[in-house]
Amino acid sequence: MIGIGRLGRVLLIGVPFLWLGFFFLLPLLIVVKISVAESIVGIPPYTPLVTRDVSGLNFHAAVANFVLLAGDQLYLRAYLGSLVNAALATALCLLLGYPMAYAIAHAHGARRQLLLFLVKMPFWTSFLIRVYAWIAILEPNGLLNDFLIGLGLISAPLPLLNNQFSVELGLVYSYLPFMILPIYGSLAALDESLVEAAADLGARPFQVFRAVILPLTLPGIAAGSLLVLVPAVGEFVIPDLLGGPDTLMIGKVLWDEFFNNRDWPVAAAIAVVLVAALALPILLAQKFYEQRQAA
Amino acid sequence: MALLDINSASKHFGAIAAVDNVSLAVERGSLFALLGPSGCGKTTLLRMIAGFETPDSGRIRIDGSDVTGLPPYARPVNMMFQSYALFPHMDVARNIAFGLRQERMDRRRVAGRVEEMLELVQMTGYASRRPHELSGGQRQRVALARALAKMPQLLLLDEPLAALDRKLRAETRLELIGIQERVGITFLVVTHDQEEALSMASRVAVMNRGRLVQIGTPKDIYERPSSRFVADFVGEVNLFEGEPTSRSDRPALTVAGFETPIPLPCGTDLPHGTEVVLAVRPEKLVLSQIPRDGFAIAATVSSLSYLGGGSTVHLLTRQGGQLKAYLPGGIRFARGDAVWVSWSAEDGVVLTE
Repeated sequence: MIGIGRLGRVLLIGVPFLWLGFFFLLPLLIVVKISVAESIVGIPPYTPLVTRDVSGLNFHAAVANFVLLAGDQLYLRAYLGSLVNAALATALCLLLGYPMAYAIAHAHGARRQLLLFLVKMPFWTSFLIRVYAWIAILEPNGLLNDFLIGLGLISAPLPLLNNQFSVELGLVYSYLPFMILPIYGSLAALDESLVEAAADLGARPFQVFRAVILPLTLPGIAAGSLLVLVPAVGEFVIPDLLGGPDTLMIGKVLWDEFFNNRDWPVAAAIAVVLVAALALPILLAQKFYEQRQAA
Repeated sequence: MALLDINSASKHFGAIAAVDNVSLAVERGSLFALLGPSGCGKTTLLRMIAGFETPDSGRIRIDGSDVTGLPPYARPVNMMFQSYALFPHMDVARNIAFGLRQERMDRRRVAGRVEEMLELVQMTGYASRRPHELSGGQRQRVALARALAKMPQLLLLDEPLAALDRKLRAETRLELIGIQERVGITFLVVTHDQEEALSMASRVAVMNRGRLVQIGTPKDIYERPSSRFVADFVGEVNLFEGEPTSRSDRPALTVAGFETPIPLPCGTDLPHGTEVVLAVRPEKLVLSQIPRDGFAIAATVSSLSYLGGGSTVHLLTRQGGQLKAYLPGGIRFARGDAVWVSWSAEDGVVLTE
C-alpha cells in the first residue's frame, strides 16, 4: 500500500469533517441555542445566549420552550401524527418498492436501464410542481374524478383531496424512489448462485425469499426505510398542499410557529425535539446492529 | 438401469446451441466426469440436470422418472457450486442444515446429520464459524458437506477444485474420491482440467461446442481418442496430417516436413486420397543416438523444458517438421543435439474426424 502520510490522512478526512462541521453541526448548534432563548420583539426575535454587563458575562438559557411543548397536547399530537403518517408511508413504500426493485434487478440490459431511468425521472422536475400536479389530479373536478365519472363508475366526485388519503398518497409518491434505489442496490449485489443454491437444497420460491434474499437485502431495506421515514416525519410541503384541516403534522406546526407566530425559540425547540426523537432510536438501532454483526 | 439418463437434450441461447443433441447415461455409484474447454456447454448441461435451465428439446430422467420439467427444489439432485455459494449470513452448521430443514427433518436428527457431515469432510469444530472466517479449502469442504447432507441420489460438482491452489487441489482430489466411495452417491463432476477428469473419474465424457464427442474410460479417452479435438484437448500430442502412401508394403503417411513416411498402425486400411491425422503421445517417442531398425526420423533438439519428474523435448526436422517427446528422468540431451526419433507404429492413433 502506498503511504499517504499522516498529514495526507488528516487532510483527506479533515475536509469532509470541516464541511459537516460548518454546514451541519454549526447550524444545528445555532438551532439548539435559539431553542433555549426567549421570544422577544426585535431583530433577531429572541434573547441572546450571553450578555455582558458590569457584573461580567451572563448566560440566559431556559427550558421554558420545552416545558411548553410537553404541556400542550397540540405538539404531542402533531409529533405522533407525523410519526404515524411517516411510518405508514414507509411501510407502503416498502411494500410497493421492494417488488419494483426486484423487477428492476431482474431485468436485463436496456430494459433495466430504462426502468432505473423511470424511477429517477421525477427528480428532474421540481418537487413542488409535482405535488401541485396531484392537486389537479385529485380535486373534485380534477382528472381522476372526471375520468371515473366519465366511465360511469361514480356519479358524484370522490373526496380525494385535502384529507388523510391525499397526504399519504403524496408521501408515498414523493419518497418511493428513495426506497427503491437502495433496495435495488442490495438486490443487484446479491449473488444469484445463493438463490440457486437455496432452490437446489429444496427451498421453494417463498422459502428462498424468506431465508436468503430477505436477510441479505436487509441493509438496503434499512437504508431505504430511513431515507423515507426521516424526511417524511418532518415533511411540510405535502401536508400543507394536500392535507386538510384535520391533518396535523409537526412540519406544518413548526412552519406556523416560525412564520406565522414569529416565535423562533418555540420553533427551534420543536426542531430540536424532532431531531432527537429521530436520531436517538436510529443511533441505538445502529449500535444494536453493529453488536450483532460483531457477535 | 442408469441412474441418470439424458436423451437428446438441446439448449439454445439465441442462435447459439449451448447443448446440441446430447445423450448420456451415468451409472449408479460411479464418478463421472464431464470434460471440455470453457464454453463447450458442460455447465449448461449440468444446470439442466439441476433444473436451473430447461432443455429446448429432449428428456432428462433420474432413477427412471422424468424430471425434465421439475423445478430444482423437487429434484433428487444436489449441486456443489463453483463459487461454493455458501450463505454468508449463516454459520457452517446452518449452511449444512439448510437442505434438511427444508425437508422438515426434526431438530435432533438435523444436528446429528450436521455433525456427521462435518466429520466426513474433516471440519468438526467449525460448526459455528461464518463462511467469511474460513479459508478457500475449508469453504470447499463446507460446500461439499452441505450438498451431501440430504444424501441426494446424484451429486453435481461444478469445477469443484478450480478455486483451490495446485497443491491443495491434488490432495482434495483424492479426498473427493475417498468421500465418493464412502457415501456411495453418484458424482457427476464438470471440469475443464483433463488431468482432474482422467485421475478422478471412472468414466469421462468429452464435450466440444455443445456436442458430446467421446465417452469412455480415462484410458480410452487418452489412448484411443476418437477425434483430433479429443487427442489435442486431452493431454499433449503429436499430430501428423497427410495422405496415406502405397509405396511400401506397410501403410504409411506422407507428411509435410518429414522426409520419411510416418508408419500407420497395422491393419489401417484407408482409401487413397483421404486426408488422415495420426496422433502420437509424446511419451511414446523414443530418442536415440543411432537410428533404430525400420523407422527413424532425424531431428535436432530445439528446446527442453525440465518438469522435475521428466522433461519435454521439442524437436525439429531438417524440413521444418515439429515433434515433442516426453522423457522420464533427468535431461540427457542438450539444445542442438542431433538425435533419431522413433516409436512403435502401433502407438499411433488414426483420426478421421
